[in-house]
Amino acid sequence: MVKPKSPNLSLKIANLDLKNPVMVASGTFGYAQEFKDLIDLKKLGAIVTKTITLRGRQGNLPPRTCETPAGMLNSIGLENPGIDKFIREKLPFLKKLGIPVIVSLAAEETPDEFVTLIKKLEQHPEVSAIELNISCPNLKKDKLIAQDAQATLALVSSVRKLTGKCLIVKLSPNVTSITEIALAAQAAGADALALINTLAGMRIDVYKRTPKLGAWVGGLSGPAIRPVAVKMVWEVYSKIKIPIIGMGGIIDTESALEFFIAGAAAISVGTANFIDPGASLKIIAGIRQYMTENNMQNLSQLTGRLKACQG
Amino acid sequence: MKQLKVKLILNHKITGNYWHLEFESGLIARLARPGQFINIRLTDGCEPLLRRPISIHRVKASKVGIMYEVLGKGTQVLSAKQPGEFLDVIGPLGNGFTYSSAATKPVLKKNILIAGGMGVAPLVFLAEKLKLSKPLVLLGARSKKQLLCLPEFKALGCTVKLATDDGSAGFKGRVTDLLNLVLEQTEARGLFSCGPHPMLAAVARIARENKITAQLSLEEHMACGIGACLGCVVATGAGYRSVCKDGPVFFSEELIW
Repeated sequence: MVKPKSPNLSLKIANLDLKNPVMVASGTFGYAQEFKDLIDLKKLGAIVTKTITLRGRQGNLPPRTCETPAGMLNSIGLENPGIDKFIREKLPFLKKLGIPVIVSLAAEETPDEFVTLIKKLEQHPEVSAIELNISCPNLKKDKLIAQDAQATLALVSSVRKLTGKCLIVKLSPNVTSITEIALAAQAAGADALALINTLAGMRIDVYKRTPKLGAWVGGLSGPAIRPVAVKMVWEVYSKIKIPIIGMGGIIDTESALEFFIAGAAAISVGTANFIDPGASLKIIAGIRQYMTENNMQNLSQLTGRLKACQG
Repeated sequence: MKQLKVKLILNHKITGNYWHLEFESGLIARLARPGQFINIRLTDGCEPLLRRPISIHRVKASKVGIMYEVLGKGTQVLSAKQPGEFLDVIGPLGNGFTYSSAATKPVLKKNILIAGGMGVAPLVFLAEKLKLSKPLVLLGARSKKQLLCLPEFKALGCTVKLATDDGSAGFKGRVTDLLNLVLEQTEARGLFSCGPHPMLAAVARIARENKITAQLSLEEHMACGIGACLGCVVATGAGYRSVCKDGPVFFSEELIW
């Protein structure tokens, strides 16, 4: 009997080379250092940092997290040290890991902030890619960029001119048509789309009759949102050509595989990092095993291979 | 800190809704300092989803003990675990109480430990480290039935004074009112406290008025427990800081009330 060939888990998204398609999602993994005693970070496909803004941010009033059925709400509000302190204090550790570092960026007031943010990162080749977080629900804005196709087109176009790094745009599920926004990001020159960010949500303490979050509302994540995320990946996959990084409630190999089959080229593990810091590494091994058992040599044999129900 | 599968040795009700659990972990036992906590995964499934942070109550050789109050779904699930089962824990986590080696020796000025309800749990571990200084322990609870760990403190040679809301044991009233009385007669070296938030706020005020340092162990809902998600922050003079990583123990003057 011929021993099955070990599948090739690597992929390339624009000029971003990944040795495997499993990343950790922004905001759920800090700056990686926090997890160094718990998992072998070098085995991850890539690390997406907590979102960085131009100036440091204190974040929202606590309480900032709240458990929900099969999920959690958060209203952190992009607490971060600001780009300069990030480069000085957080980036050196990430650089040493030798795996792709994807820096998540957001603008607080005006899209012009992205110009400065990107210029600062251009001097750092250890930053492999940029994720534009235009979909954080915790910024107390009336409308997010990712909720407006025109605004998405304009912003991504302007950022595209500033960098040759792989440009990922993170989309919001809190929209009427995510495909419309995805098409705008693609037309503007995005290299890949990350979907989905958290779903806007709220919990109420009925005894005190107060919101459970200091910011009143937050973003829902965890297994509770997975079916919404899988459906959005599937919907967008059929309409666009650029790769999708799928996320939303992935907790184990099976939930990760759902995203690949729906159309994701890669996936991100988010909330599961809090519950099982080793979840991503187990998923990498699980994908390898699934591909071996199904005689798949590379990821293109998995991504988007959804079949119609039979019978 | 490590993520470990540890074997449960015992898990039983002490009184009311209060439970005591012990597991085997030489590593956590060796590394743990008073005030630190472990983060326990309750189920392999998604309900309840998040781990539960619980402070370390006692360490004996390779055995680690915790105490918890069954209040919701998470602690209900925990109370159903049987000896022999394995628990997925991450720990030890956080910054514990600070004490100089001098604080562990007999001294004239007293180390005073103030516990409210379940807050007694980490203070037993601390009392063990400070036992040569013969700490004074003020134990507060709603009533006599809810007073915990009295024999443990006595066995460590601590002087214990009680306060109950209904007067069923010791001083009738708040443990912080008892603290005020005690400070009229006792010179304190430092205060160490764990309990409900309003009680900690009162301890902080008393410490300030008496110009004594107070170390307070805070409790917060947590998601990651390791300083990654920035969910469990508390307002301090230096901005928001994580209860899970920078705390759970803070000096009272650091905190903004």
